[in-house]
Amino acid sequence: MTKRMWVLTAMLAVGLAFPAAGVTSKQGGTLNMIAWEGYTQPQWVKPFTASTGCKVHAKYGGSSDEMVTLMRSGGGGQYDMVSASGDASLRLIYGKDVQPVDPSKIPDFKNFGKAFQSPPNNTVGGKHYGISLQWGPNTLLYNTKLVKPAPTSWSAIYSPKYKGKVTVPDNPIQIADAALYLMKHSPSLGIKDPYELNKAQFDAAINLLKKQKPLIKKYWALASDEIDLFKNRDAVIGASWPYQTNTLIAAKAPVKDVVPSEGATGWLDTWMVSSHTKNLDCAMKWLSWISTPKVQAEQAIYFGETPVNSKACAIMDKLSKGSCAQYHANAPLKYFKQIHFWKTPIADCGNGQKNCMDYTAWQRAWTQLKG
Amino acid sequence: MRDRPGARRRFGGALWRRPWLKGLSLLSLPVLAFLIVYVAALAALFLSALWTVDPFTSKLIHHWNLDNFRTLWNDSTYRTVAIRTIYVAAAVTVTDALIAFPFAYFMARVASGRMRALLFVLVLLPLWASYLARVYAWRLILNNDGLLNWSLHKVGLPSAGIAYSNTAMWIVFSYIWLPFMILPVYAALERIPHSYIEASRDLGAKGTRTLRSVILPLALPGIVAGSIFTFSLTLGDYITPVLIGGASSQFIGNVVYDSVNQASDLPFAAAFAVVPLAVMGVYLTLARRLGAFEAL
Amino acid sequence: MESRATRIGLGVWVALVLAFLYIPIVVICLYAFNSSNVQSWPIAGLTTRWFSPAIHNGDMQQALELSLKAAALATTIALLLGSAASFGVHRFRFFGRESISFLLVLPIALPGIITGMALNSYFTFWKFNFGLWTIVIGHATFCVVVVYNNVIARLRRVPGSLTEASMDLGADGIQTFRYVTFPTISTALISGGLLAFALSFDEVIVTTFTAGAQNTLPIWIFGQIRLGQQLPQVNVVVFIILAVTIIPVALAQRLTRESGILRTE
Repeated sequence: MTKRMWVLTAMLAVGLAFPAAGVTSKQGGTLNMIAWEGYTQPQWVKPFTASTGCKVHAKYGGSSDEMVTLMRSGGGGQYDMVSASGDASLRLIYGKDVQPVDPSKIPDFKNFGKAFQSPPNNTVGGKHYGISLQWGPNTLLYNTKLVKPAPTSWSAIYSPKYKGKVTVPDNPIQIADAALYLMKHSPSLGIKDPYELNKAQFDAAINLLKKQKPLIKKYWALASDEIDLFKNRDAVIGASWPYQTNTLIAAKAPVKDVVPSEGATGWLDTWMVSSHTKNLDCAMKWLSWISTPKVQAEQAIYFGETPVNSKACAIMDKLSKGSCAQYHANAPLKYFKQIHFWKTPIADCGNGQKNCMDYTAWQRAWTQLKG
Repeated sequence: MRDRPGARRRFGGALWRRPWLKGLSLLSLPVLAFLIVYVAALAALFLSALWTVDPFTSKLIHHWNLDNFRTLWNDSTYRTVAIRTIYVAAAVTVTDALIAFPFAYFMARVASGRMRALLFVLVLLPLWASYLARVYAWRLILNNDGLLNWSLHKVGLPSAGIAYSNTAMWIVFSYIWLPFMILPVYAALERIPHSYIEASRDLGAKGTRTLRSVILPLALPGIVAGSIFTFSLTLGDYITPVLIGGASSQFIGNVVYDSVNQASDLPFAAAFAVVPLAVMGVYLTLARRLGAFEAL
Repeated sequence: MESRATRIGLGVWVALVLAFLYIPIVVICLYAFNSSNVQSWPIAGLTTRWFSPAIHNGDMQQALELSLKAAALATTIALLLGSAASFGVHRFRFFGRESISFLLVLPIALPGIITGMALNSYFTFWKFNFGLWTIVIGHATFCVVVVYNNVIARLRRVPGSLTEASMDLGADGIQTFRYVTFPTISTALISGGLLAFALSFDEVIVTTFTAGAQNTLPIWIFGQIRLGQQLPQVNVVVFIILAVTIIPVALAQRLTRESGILRTE
């Protein structure tokens, strides 16, 4: 009986002593970031921490929606930075969740391609709410052994040929991909911008997705979902990010990705700084670091995207021969214009009319589609 | 000189004479803590179901209306999701009850003391291996090229195409919550005095009759107690559907989570969360009637 | 006694159920040695190279530390509040007695996502800082009922005459508690506390909503799972935790074996 009492007292003592024995809070030198999977690899984070003393702590988001919510959570003071895509950045700007930064404080800003210095998704009213980071397309990923002939069009994921083995992202913005397909294959609908859809165009896109649903094995929500799907041959074709392609190839899976003839949706990411951050100094240091040519090259190769710093191309080829061309780091503007970057659908259609479906409608429709 | 009892004794005596004071002092802290934090938070959450949210800035608009409930009612998707969730939760509960009962019976009435202690440890140990890691391991087992299909091929059977499906979720949920069913059932069975069984035998009942008329009714509170766990944990889960589910595997938890996470629409999430709240309210009332609360 | 056939049948069933319970555990431990960072069957190769990076992973260490702290605090609160509540409910009849049990079981009976969302809004509204204490409060809500149930079940089996006998023999309230009541419930406290610790340590849904930017171990694990680059490290961590917890769990089981006045028949 005494033994039990000792055990119990020990438990209580441990319980009360633990917090006292713990290390005190690590304020001041830690950046809490919300990032896409693969954006905060030790390869470029460790040297950053070593040279600046700022620690990096990343929470991953799999969709822009998640990032916006995380950024706003707890009253907004939880995170210092976010790598927001174009469909999150404006929401954050208008929600006053991010603050303007002075690009003249970022040494490499002047080396950015002209299109990336003040793009409309992060520059509003002349103020820069963050620094452009990288950009890239949502690709068509396929198993080279089981998908023959090699697909060149998005129709591969809408046809019953690979029924039950298709995967696409679990993200309402995917409706834009369907709209993009219809833009090219049903021109009578008159879709000019896959993010500006009136009711008829929107319904057509949803119908296409409904027809696609029986073909889908799983709507992937996490990058590793798709990696597992392809590695274990639960899926043989699908919409993807180059990050999955690179990981699968490194794990010796027979896959390849391609930007099909219809073009693709894509992302243009911005590192934004929270309006409530207490680590502005470290945040600015991160912005400078992440825009240097070497880090831009490293991240581009790792994730499979295109850097905004024009000086990164040379370094990319040094790190991995041919990668500059592979990831279009030196591509002409034509390639850039081929990609329809994510942006938040709003009712204002940009053509004078205000009858486009807004994002709430997209979200509702997506939940309905998944059923 | 008369001995006056010390202050401690006098205080103790006062409490003894006024038992309600002792009860009050013991209960006040836990109950107060609960009311102020938990119940208040819950009330605030379900109150917000009657509001809406600005889609662009995610700020709550304190405008009383029933829009959220109207959407839930009119759109059949949400009914489908709710029914699917309840159905799988029920299937998991029944499965776990069937698996756990013989196991618990063995533990309580057949196993020796040493064996019982060992089984107890073996049942509890998996709870210390992360829930996420265990669910993720099931992916490896149920995958197209996974352990299950590999084993089936080895004995000449075709692939079980159950990866990323509701069937897979049923298996994984049954697996994860099994210890939570075994423990209360064991506790209930262990409490049955041996004299009851002997009496039943003396009265001429064969094994199955004793099981049906004596053991099962006495074990029922334990089974119902365990079912509270399996049912409610399945009802509210959203992680297993994300990891294990397929194209049509949305659970109530997923819709609620997506509503908060994707749409930042807390009022809508709260409105849909009324469904599991109501379901569990009914379930708990039934469970209490069946005596499960004494068997938790 | 049950027939021989029944006992053998039950034994086979137990073996099958144990196999069912442990196949995923074996998979986890095996894939801690996976030479590829992507999981597929059969295993790509065996290596121990993940052990060192996993153990030295700074993020993991911070997450583990936070998890342990939160679990210890939540368990302590649960022990105190849970036993206080069970004594109050067991000893005294008053209006609303039934509803106390109902109230305490709510956090575990309602889906975690509801608790999580409710507490998140609540903390945001009152401008609490998200961190260790918000996590602890979230965990304490369901840990209390675990201790409460264990203790009240034990109290129901302890004859009330013991307390009275102790008083008759001259002990005051505190002495009675120390020498008579407490020893009889101590094993219930240990097993309840252990289960509460396990639940808190592994909790992910409520914690996602109450942790803010911090990571507890399960949240760290989920981050690694979604990243998909360092899965063997997750398996290594789980493997080590399992190995480490076998001892306390077995120890607690030995200590809580029933003895003395509580042995039935």
